[in-house]
Amino acid sequence: MTVYAAPGQPGAIAEYRARYDHWIGGEYVPPANGQYFENPSPVTGQTFTEVARGTAADIERALDAAEGAATAWGKTTVTERANILNKIADRMEANLEKIAVAESWENGKPVRETLAADIPLAIDHFRYFAGAIRAQEGSISEIDEDTIAYHFHEPLGVVGQIIPWNFPILMATWKLAPALAAGNAVVLKPAEQTPASILFLLDIVGDLLPPGVLNVVNGFGVEAGKPLASSPRIRKIAFTGETTTGRLIMQYASQNIIPVTLELGGKSPNIFFSDVADQRDDYYDKALEGFTMFALNQGEVCTCPSRALIQADIYDQFLGDALERTKAVTQGNPLDTDTMIGAQASNDQLEKILSYIDIGKAEGAKVLTGGQRAELDGDLAGGYYVTPTVFEGKNSMRIFQEEIFGPVVSVTEFADFDDAMKIANDTLYGLGAGVWSRQGATAYRAGRTIEAGRVWTNCYHAYPAAAAFGGYKGSGVGRENHKMMLDHYQQTKNLLVSYSGQKLGFF
Amino acid sequence: MSDDDGAAAGGLPARVAVTAAAAGLLARLRRQHGELMFHQSGGCCDGSSPMCYPDGDFLLGDADVHLGDLELKDEPLTEPGATGETFTVPVWMSRAQFEYWSHTHLTIDVVPGRGSGFSVEAPEGVRFLIRSRLFTDDELATLTAVR
Repeated sequence: MTVYAAPGQPGAIAEYRARYDHWIGGEYVPPANGQYFENPSPVTGQTFTEVARGTAADIERALDAAEGAATAWGKTTVTERANILNKIADRMEANLEKIAVAESWENGKPVRETLAADIPLAIDHFRYFAGAIRAQEGSISEIDEDTIAYHFHEPLGVVGQIIPWNFPILMATWKLAPALAAGNAVVLKPAEQTPASILFLLDIVGDLLPPGVLNVVNGFGVEAGKPLASSPRIRKIAFTGETTTGRLIMQYASQNIIPVTLELGGKSPNIFFSDVADQRDDYYDKALEGFTMFALNQGEVCTCPSRALIQADIYDQFLGDALERTKAVTQGNPLDTDTMIGAQASNDQLEKILSYIDIGKAEGAKVLTGGQRAELDGDLAGGYYVTPTVFEGKNSMRIFQEEIFGPVVSVTEFADFDDAMKIANDTLYGLGAGVWSRQGATAYRAGRTIEAGRVWTNCYHAYPAAAAFGGYKGSGVGRENHKMMLDHYQQTKNLLVSYSGQKLGFF
Repeated sequence: MSDDDGAAAGGLPARVAVTAAAAGLLARLRRQHGELMFHQSGGCCDGSSPMCYPDGDFLLGDADVHLGDLELKDEPLTEPGATGETFTVPVWMSRAQFEYWSHTHLTIDVVPGRGSGFSVEAPEGVRFLIRSRLFTDDELATLTAVR
């Protein structure tokens, strides 16, 4: 067991600056209007740094820097760009522990997750796209003996990216790695709940990129996000967040006729078929862990398995075992490596989760465990903690239909395969799903029937690079985490060339 | 929290209400941004939050339903610029989402916090939040009849 000292405390391995300006053109630039906003840690509720409050003038300045850098960056060889991405990965790996502690402090997530998942995945992601861009090839079509169509990949130019707060560094990396690999310059706006993690990272790797290739402007959505998303100077916008803002971003993109990629969340079903309980073996144990994955990252994951569907004949027994597993989740100081669930990222997030627990109870769902704010002691008393909560109810209830984004799972039973598929697909969303069965055929058929972009089969919450991630239905547009994302950051240039010396004969 | 469930025009039960704290904030925001609107969000991160925009910023269409109008007053008069005039804030939601929400009455409240999205209150260090209650059977019968 290790308990890391919090940034600002004696012995801390990660220290935040007292204030962060915007990162524009390879240097820190104060905000045009001179304003900053406070950044509290959800671990204690106390402010630990202040961050530039960007406005349209700062976005314009970042776009100037990006435009100035885009042409040269787009003409670098893929070898040069891949080498830089690999160097970023190496530098992150050498500083992994420090970055993990810093991100845990800003977001509230347990450090064991940032150490073992968030940061290692981000490192691997840069390496994956370094490899993918090296291996990418254009194509040719031989139209006839004398006519050839050449297809070249070209960068889009300057792109905008708006990042969520649930994985401040990994979600930034999912967007940055393909965009930079493809040769684009980026203006990135982090979430206002977690504005500093990415700048902490840039203090470590920022010198590796040519100035202006990556620019970070912090601030509030209405003041900084909107001028970025609606700017006629960007050639693409990428966003992860919720549906209303997603629509607004598409609306702005339509005015500028630019492409968008959107990742808008889900209400993912996690389905346990009867044969899961055929034996009490390692697989059964793994399935119970799969159920409990709703508590990973405090449930603040777009693919949180927030609906558990359990086949009727094993319902009581499996749910009983799953409740035991849930009650064993250790909650506490996120900087303690034994802590399994930390703090919700912000006060309004905490309030929203509690409001959903209220409506769940009002609709007649039964709280099987949890169901309240967790009151922790000492410095943690001011933090935002929720006890892992298991509800039992019906799929028509709002707690089964809305993304609570907290450690809350809503459980119901199903009769047979068709019933499971009906319930699983009765949702506005289609981002993730889990299927658990010892029968390959059952799992396969379920995976193909569920309308979701990612179906974890006998696993959950794995996010390796090379496995495409994105939504069906209301969950968005595009596939991240895979080389196909390069297409979303590239133009196709076609040269249609005639090698014939003869005229067509029309004129 | 004052839950103003006042009946909407025509005597039908209102689908939306607003707390006194949220009403006061809306009056202040309107002095900064002009007329306002709400669109209820769904999905991840700050999904399930009511998003407040300058009226007309968010394009509405056949995919949306109008839940109702908040009838408010620009007060208290002790605040700079307050006129005491009445104003209306319409509340919208996507039609598909409404199918799952239609049995609940919504009250727009406000809490300290820092939402993302482009909602206009975020720079004030506060966030609009939905509080819900189930409609009674009597209310539901009436609401269903008018849908």
